[in-house]
Amino acid sequence: MLPEAFSVELPRALQHLIERDAPAPATLMSRRSFLKLAGAGGLALGVFPLNAIAQDGAAKPAALKPTQQPSAFLHIAPDGVVTVAVNRLEFGQGILTALPMILAEELDADWSKVRSRHGSNDPAYADPLFGVHLTGGSNSIKNSFTQYRELGARARQMLLSAAAARWNVDAATLQTRSGQVVAADGRTLGYGELAEAAMAVPVPDKVALKDAKDFRLIGQPTSRLDARAKSSGRQDFGLDVRLPGQLTALVAHPPVFGARLRSVDDGAARAIKGVKTVLRVPVDRGGEGVAVLADGYWAAKLGRDALRLDWDTTAVDKVDSARQLAQYRQLAGEPGARHFDADMAPLAKAPRHIDAEFVFPYLAHTPMEPLNCTVRMAAGGAELWVGSQLPGLDGAAAARVLGLKPEQVKVHVQMAGGGFGRRGVPSSDYVVEACEVAKAARAAGLDAPVQLVWSREDDVRGGYYRPMHLHRARIGFDSKGKVLAWDHVIVGQSITAGTLFEGSMIKNGVDTTAVEGMRDPYALPMRLTVHHPKLNVPVLWWRSVGSTHTAFVMETLIDDIARNTRQDPVAYRLQLFGDRAPRHRAALQLAVDKSGYGKRALAAGRAWGVAVHESFESVVAYVVEASIRNGQPVLHRATAGVHCNLAVNPRTIEAQVEGGALMGLSMCLPGAAITLKDGEVEQRNFDGFALPRIGDMPEVAVHIVPSADPPTGMGEPGLPPLAPAFANALARLTGKPLREMPFKLA
Amino acid sequence: MTTLQVNGRTHSVDADPGTPILWALRDTLGLTGTKFGCGAALCGACTVLMDGQPIRSCVTPISAAEGKRITTIEATADGSDPVGSAVHAAWVKHDVAQCGYCQSGQIMSATAFLKSLPRGAQPTVADIDAAMAGNLCRCGTYARIRAAVADAARALA
Repeated sequence: MLPEAFSVELPRALQHLIERDAPAPATLMSRRSFLKLAGAGGLALGVFPLNAIAQDGAAKPAALKPTQQPSAFLHIAPDGVVTVAVNRLEFGQGILTALPMILAEELDADWSKVRSRHGSNDPAYADPLFGVHLTGGSNSIKNSFTQYRELGARARQMLLSAAAARWNVDAATLQTRSGQVVAADGRTLGYGELAEAAMAVPVPDKVALKDAKDFRLIGQPTSRLDARAKSSGRQDFGLDVRLPGQLTALVAHPPVFGARLRSVDDGAARAIKGVKTVLRVPVDRGGEGVAVLADGYWAAKLGRDALRLDWDTTAVDKVDSARQLAQYRQLAGEPGARHFDADMAPLAKAPRHIDAEFVFPYLAHTPMEPLNCTVRMAAGGAELWVGSQLPGLDGAAAARVLGLKPEQVKVHVQMAGGGFGRRGVPSSDYVVEACEVAKAARAAGLDAPVQLVWSREDDVRGGYYRPMHLHRARIGFDSKGKVLAWDHVIVGQSITAGTLFEGSMIKNGVDTTAVEGMRDPYALPMRLTVHHPKLNVPVLWWRSVGSTHTAFVMETLIDDIARNTRQDPVAYRLQLFGDRAPRHRAALQLAVDKSGYGKRALAAGRAWGVAVHESFESVVAYVVEASIRNGQPVLHRATAGVHCNLAVNPRTIEAQVEGGALMGLSMCLPGAAITLKDGEVEQRNFDGFALPRIGDMPEVAVHIVPSADPPTGMGEPGLPPLAPAFANALARLTGKPLREMPFKLA
Repeated sequence: MTTLQVNGRTHSVDADPGTPILWALRDTLGLTGTKFGCGAALCGACTVLMDGQPIRSCVTPISAAEGKRITTIEATADGSDPVGSAVHAAWVKHDVAQCGYCQSGQIMSATAFLKSLPRGAQPTVADIDAAMAGNLCRCGTYARIRAAVADAARALA
């Protein structure tokens, strides 16, 4: 997932682009791109052929960008089935349903005939605001809401024009209803019957959009379009791609990031039945690896197991978690970059103090579908099949490796079995690796598509973790809980340093992804100092990014102050919000009201916990019930109050909050830490890096604050406040705040 | 050659007898509905039935399947099996899937569990949690899995 600043700051700077009368941006990539090269022009079946270049011959306003062309997003078959192309990766968040709902709303489509599919790295499927292909930062609905409405409205207008011509009447006398054009005299024509003629109609530039009160689909709890396929084994994922002659590749990765090989003995590996070849390949961070290509996974695995490799780790830094924590503690006492500033003079004189240190470990994403990428090279180009959050960037990286132009690489975006940020890597690590293997195989005379598969061990040990962080706070406040000065330090690796996101994300030496979620909306006199040490451990955004740690720190410390001054944690927060944070107030109040907090007696041994946090422009509050059983923390129930403005598909929002709650819980429970010893990651699989199981899942009730404002995203915001709400409940049971994750109660 | 009986059909598989059933299904027989998640019997994504019992196909060699009946998600959710059909219907009704990757294994575990119950028996939440404890989901669909299994049990009563 992309960090918040990417979603907050850029959209504001680019707001004018979503004004409907705004001119198109001056710099557009050619939309005649690879689709022609790849020979994809022949898929026209109905009118709207779901083809980014299909309408190049038709009249259309020059002002429209590729992202605004209905032909790239819509296919209407003669039988009336409407297929909508989605410009985002579906990896569980329900975007393959929600964006079609938005388009179908303005199209007046028959929802029972709507299907959806992924786009590609064609320019048409770039984010309409950012101009890059992107699924992250909970941006999909927020940035494509108006885009998909306009696409539907344009297509509807074209269908109306076609019907008007067919009947020789004024289009203004016609209406649309559930996949049909209806004439004043009651005659009807189905969209499927009109599709071909509509395709010849000029694409309208300006279109009127529905009034929100007329929405029939938007706002209705709607079942996922992929629910049946995903409940029957029929849904294919990237790992299920099967091309003729395809070989499976497993790569032996260095034990320490960036290490190289001293020697390779592959004799036994080559003797394994099914192994085709063994190749030395460059891997991420300047390292080397050994790829085993075979018929199928098992032969490749046996081959990899049989390699005798001598690694040279002398030239790379070997991180050790214990040493690293000591280093971070030392750094925390030194001067660093300043993010917020405030007068710290009142700190010494304050009548009450809290001194706190928090430690957060590295975390792996471990999506259930192991990372994979399939590459097929052909004359004049290459094709990739990959469940990518950044298919444009991954395609460009593939082109660099393969010596091609970006437009010569087609990325077929595949359904992904989770991702949580791991499929959106600025370095394109595993995509580059797949291309290096394919290139080396071709150089060795093997002309076959290659499917690179990372085993679970490769995934757990392969880096790109949520960074380890140390927070320190010294807070001075009075007996009423008024904060007089808050001196705060954060130590952690920068996620974006050295990536193409650095320019927009790092301000005055501070990576905004490390500090998002600090201070606001509480009006606190906070001084925030930040250190970004450089270490030989690749780091990455992990669902909700900086808020994975900042929400915990802020919401447990606010609770500490309330507890210290004997105030109700809800009342204290509401008082701090004042009039400044109406969405926080509404979300928290809703969660409080629905949970029965303060009104209902809890079962013996249970305590309430509260937290509220804004991330990616949406606010989620939790009121939870927790207890301690056999020395282990147990989360029984979580009631969520959600403010995401207009709720496009409330059913998906509920699911995203359930998922965010579980992933938030996953940070708290034993086994949720990646640690390193002598440069090597100590965990291997789900035994060492443990995830919650069904018995850990609390009851989750989700309540949404009604709103008609433009929607904000919900892929991530359900996560951050869960862990602090849980910790706050446990602190009420033990009297001691929790400041280390995963939780240690002893 | 190992003879495998999968979903009522007999296949001769030319692979090392130690090859896990998972890879014979996915790479030899083209049955990709069964998923690879961990390769170490830790996540349950690869769950299939062997003579009706749920097994982790990623660690069970094809040599152990000779003379036994393997049932995969493809046959469980195709309408031919009343229990599998009830589970599939409950999964759709509750919109259980998010990313969907673990759901083949979840459905196979749920189906085996419901088949193991006396006719008409209604499992408690604790029963369901115990039966489904071997199947990981990273998306957080557990609450809906609980509801769907209970619903399927009611439908089968």
